[in-house]
Parts: sequence; C-alpha cells; structure tokens
Amino acid sequence: MGFEELPHTADWSIRVWANDLPALFAEAARSMNTLSGVQSAPGPRRKREFEIDGSDSESLLVTFLSEILYAQEDEETVFDTFDIQISGQHLSANLEGDRLRALSKPIKAVTFHDLHIQYTKHGCETTLVFDV
Amino acid sequence: MNFENLIRLNKYEWEIPQNYRSDMLVPVRLFATRELLEQVMDDKSLEQAVNAATLPGLAGPVIVMPDMHQGYGFPIGGVAATEFPQGVVSPGAIGYDINCGVRLLASNLELNEARDDLDTLATLLNKYCPSGVGKAGVVKVKIPELDRILRDGSRWALKNGYATEADLSRTEEGGRLDGANPDKVSERAKTRGREQVGSLGAGNHFIEVEVVGEIFDEKTAAVFGLRAGCLAVQIHCGSRGLGHQVCTDYVQQFQSVVKKYGIELPDRELVCAPMDTPEGAAYLGAMRAAANFAFVNRQLLAYSARRAFEEIFKTDKAHLHQVYDIAHNMGKVETHEIEGRRLKVCVHRKGATRAFGPGTPGLPPEYQSTGQPVLVPGSMGTASWVLAGTETSMQRSFGSSCHGAGRVWSRSRAKKQVRGDELRRELEARGIKVRAGSMPGLAEETPQAYKDVDMVVETVSAVGIAKKVARLRPVVVIKG
Repeated sequence: MGFEELPHTADWSIRVWANDLPALFAEAARSMNTLSGVQSAPGPRRKREFEIDGSDSESLLVTFLSEILYAQEDEETVFDTFDIQISGQHLSANLEGDRLRALSKPIKAVTFHDLHIQYTKHGCETTLVFDV
Repeated sequence: MNFENLIRLNKYEWEIPQNYRSDMLVPVRLFATRELLEQVMDDKSLEQAVNAATLPGLAGPVIVMPDMHQGYGFPIGGVAATEFPQGVVSPGAIGYDINCGVRLLASNLELNEARDDLDTLATLLNKYCPSGVGKAGVVKVKIPELDRILRDGSRWALKNGYATEADLSRTEEGGRLDGANPDKVSERAKTRGREQVGSLGAGNHFIEVEVVGEIFDEKTAAVFGLRAGCLAVQIHCGSRGLGHQVCTDYVQQFQSVVKKYGIELPDRELVCAPMDTPEGAAYLGAMRAAANFAFVNRQLLAYSARRAFEEIFKTDKAHLHQVYDIAHNMGKVETHEIEGRRLKVCVHRKGATRAFGPGTPGLPPEYQSTGQPVLVPGSMGTASWVLAGTETSMQRSFGSSCHGAGRVWSRSRAKKQVRGDELRRELEARGIKVRAGSMPGLAEETPQAYKDVDMVVETVSAVGIAKKVARLRPVVVIKG
C-alpha cells in the first residue's frame, strides 16, 4: 500500500496501489492529505458515515474522494482513519478524523483523467489526477 | 507525439492532421514556435488536444495557444467550438474553475508618487482582499441572495453598491451571462460558495499592483486608459468552491449521460452532453450561474482594491477605472464564420481568452474601434501584457487568444529547486512587495516554472490573433 507522485505540469498526478479496493480508496484519501499538507488540531475526534453509489469503481473512487474534499473545505475536518466497505457499485464508509487546523495547498477537484483501476497480482492500482 | 507527426505551416503555425488518429473529427491547429512546442513535447498537451478533436459536433479545428500545457482531459490553452445546439458541451473542456479570469484596473497615479506607500498598500490590499485557504469572502450571503448573484451576476454588485455601470460595460458579457439557472446548481455547490463571495483563493491566483511600462500602441492604450509610468491593479481568480463543485457534479453525472447518448470518448474527463438535451441544457444553466458568481467575485475584489487605494492615496489620480474583465475558462454560445458558413457555436475556452476584434457586437462603444482588451498575466514577478483583439482572431481562432505564460515545471519540481523565502527576498530586492499565505505556495509559482510570456505574446502577435498594446511590470504581489 502506498502512493507516488508522477510528473504533471500544472496539477498533481499520483500512482496509488493497495491490496484491495477499500485499501486503495483509503490510500488515495491519505495521499490527498499528504499532498495538501494538512495539519490537524487536537480536540475531540470527529466521525462521519456516508454511503454512495457509482456507475463503476472509478466513479465510486472520484465520488468518495470528492466527499473527503468537501468535508475538508466545508466542515474543516481531516480524516485519517478509514473503514470502507465496497459491494459492487455501492460504498459505505465510516471515517474518523480531527479538525483541520491548516493546509498548505487545497485540491480543487478529483478528475477522471487517466483513471483506470487495474487489478494486479499484488492487489490493485490506479493513477489519479487532482486539479489544484 | 513528436515533430514528425506535425505539419509545419509556417514559423508560428503547426497542424496535427485529422488522419493522425482515426477517431479525430477535425484537425488540431497549434499556434507556437518550435521552441515553445519543444517545451510540451514530453507532456500530454498534444495528446490531450487530439482527444479534444473527438468531441461530437465540432465545427472547425481544435485550436491550441502558445501558452499550452498539460491539463486533464483538455489541454490548457485549448479552444474548441461545437455546433449549437446539436453539438456537445463538455464541462471538462471548460474546467473546474469556471470563469477563472482576469480583471485590470488602471489609475493615473505615477509610480514615483506612490513608491513610498507601496509597502502600506500591499498590507492594506492583503487585509481587504481575502486570500488563501479558507472561506471568508468580502461578503457572506444566505442562499436566496446567492441565487440572485448566480442569476444576475455583476448586476447584483451594481445594485448593492459594489460596482459602477462603467465597470459592467467593461466586463465580458456585462458581467452577466444570460441563461444562468441557479436551480441547476447543487445545494452543495451553493454551500461552498455562499461564504466565498469576494475572495481570491490560493494556487496561481493573485492580485498585483503593476506599473505600465512600454506602450506599443499609443492610440489603443489611450482608449484603454493606460498611461506609461502609472499604477494598475490586476486581479486573477475565479468561481472558487462553487465553480469547482458545479464541474465535479456534472463530470460525475455525465459519466452515464455519454452512455445514454451513445458517445464514445478517449478520456472520461471529456464527458459531455448534446446541448439540445435536458442534461446539456442543465449544465449550461449551472455553468453560466457559476460564471456569474466569478464576475461578482472579481468585482468585490476590485471594490476592495479601490478601498485600499482611496485610503492611502488621497487624490483623484488614484481612482482605479476598469480597463476590462475577461474569462479564460468558459463555454460561450457565439456566432462565428467557420469554413464559409456563419454558425452558432459553443466556444470552449480552457486557459484561453476571448479576443474579439474591432466592430464585434457586445464590446462597449469605446472599444468598437480598437477591439477588446486581452489581458495576459505573466509569471510572478516578470511581466504582464495588455493586447487587443483583432479581425484575424475572429477568422482564425474563434475570437480567442492566449491567457498567460503557461507552466513548464511541475509544482513539485518548483518546490525542490526554489525556496519560497529566498524567492520572496529576491523579489523584494527587485523592489516588488510580496504578501503570500504560504512560502511553498510561493515557490510553486516561481517564474522559472513558466514559459517566457514575451515569447508567448510574440507568437500570438505574429499570427495576428492579438496585437500588442502595453507591457506591465509588478511592484506588489498578493498571493493566497
């Protein structure tokens, strides 16, 4: 499980890999935290549950990460613990995190560009491009 | 992609022929020198332009400007026109920051009269013009009021005392796109936008105080109100979280819409819908609403910049009159002559500026003889340009020109090679006052990360799609 930044002229592009699909989603969310340089504030832990549907795994991933971005911007919450269940085209998530204290650079959006989740002998991986 | 795939038409024009790939519906026309093209040959700019040439309903070639660089789905610096209403509109070909654009205000105050106050000016601009990560804009509105902003654009700002009739007259489309439909903007987008009205944001957005340097066309500069040696203010920002959410919503929704209408595309970020369908019409309504938000956003920042100027410089010479406000991420329904036919088309401009020439309907009376101002911000600390639209741009590029310098370095490379604090000291040593929310963010915008804006301008000028009017250099930089 991990991610690496790939060259991109204007935005952020990563390759992310994990043993299975839920872990891939969680690692992609962590990559956004790292790239944005989020800093959390001490205080009571914040919890959030949500369910989403998508036309396929890629669509689910974009929607899931977009939910994380929305929570970051509107609710000023940064998640670091991810319990994700995926069944077909349905995802349910139990997330935990802290209040966002600061971030160095926000991500505007998660794009579908170059997004193809591939299954390998080690699990699964994909590239992701974030608009910044 | 390499140079063997390109047809060189002349020193400044190249073509990727339609037969380069079997799914292309039109050729790609590139305005660039070989040197500028070499800077993008290793990234995906040209491949993305080829992908854009597969959008259904294209009329005329896909155009790519000399400041092109890799984006996502559609290249930055790209222009594509689709026949209205049967052609498609593609949210990804307009971008997440809908109506990201530039506003230029100019004064009659000479730099020499203001030099001692520049530091205070930088501080006040930074205070009155909210920037950086966070929510608070100049105003916070409730959803019904936000709906009025989305529907009325800069007319809302005029009604509420933040704008003048002259400002609106010198804003693209008068600061209000017809057909905006707030009902097609999601509640989530509105929630993101309602506290951000009048805020700069972060990234490459900025406010600069500049001094008008060389004048290349005295007559046109005089019409634009630009005087050599005098201060001007340039504001670069867009529709903030509201626009980002509108694009996110529709790119997601259109993933299934393309299947419904049997549209096959090489990149899912290019998903689209025919404009004569409910889905296409809904996006157009939402996109126009987001564009109106961005017009108001820049108007409120202009209001705040005027407040700072008036507070420091107690003279009429410091009044900031509006030169123009233009979008460089937008989809607009316009009429153009394409291959001998007058066609109504949706011109997708992503990282490209409208550049209407003299006599084009919609320009204010005073610009009918000159063509519209085309605002081309350069990289931080270098130079920006004011150009004018031409008849040639109407014939060759759907009335469009370049929008900036164009990146060549990735953000991570910029941060590895440049330290924000050192860059700030270097700029200050050159007499440029800097206020920045983040030093790494400042490093990402180092001038070395961008092409030479003079070379970009030289290219559009040589092709004839815009003509040089004036070159500006910064004295104050405010970055989020």
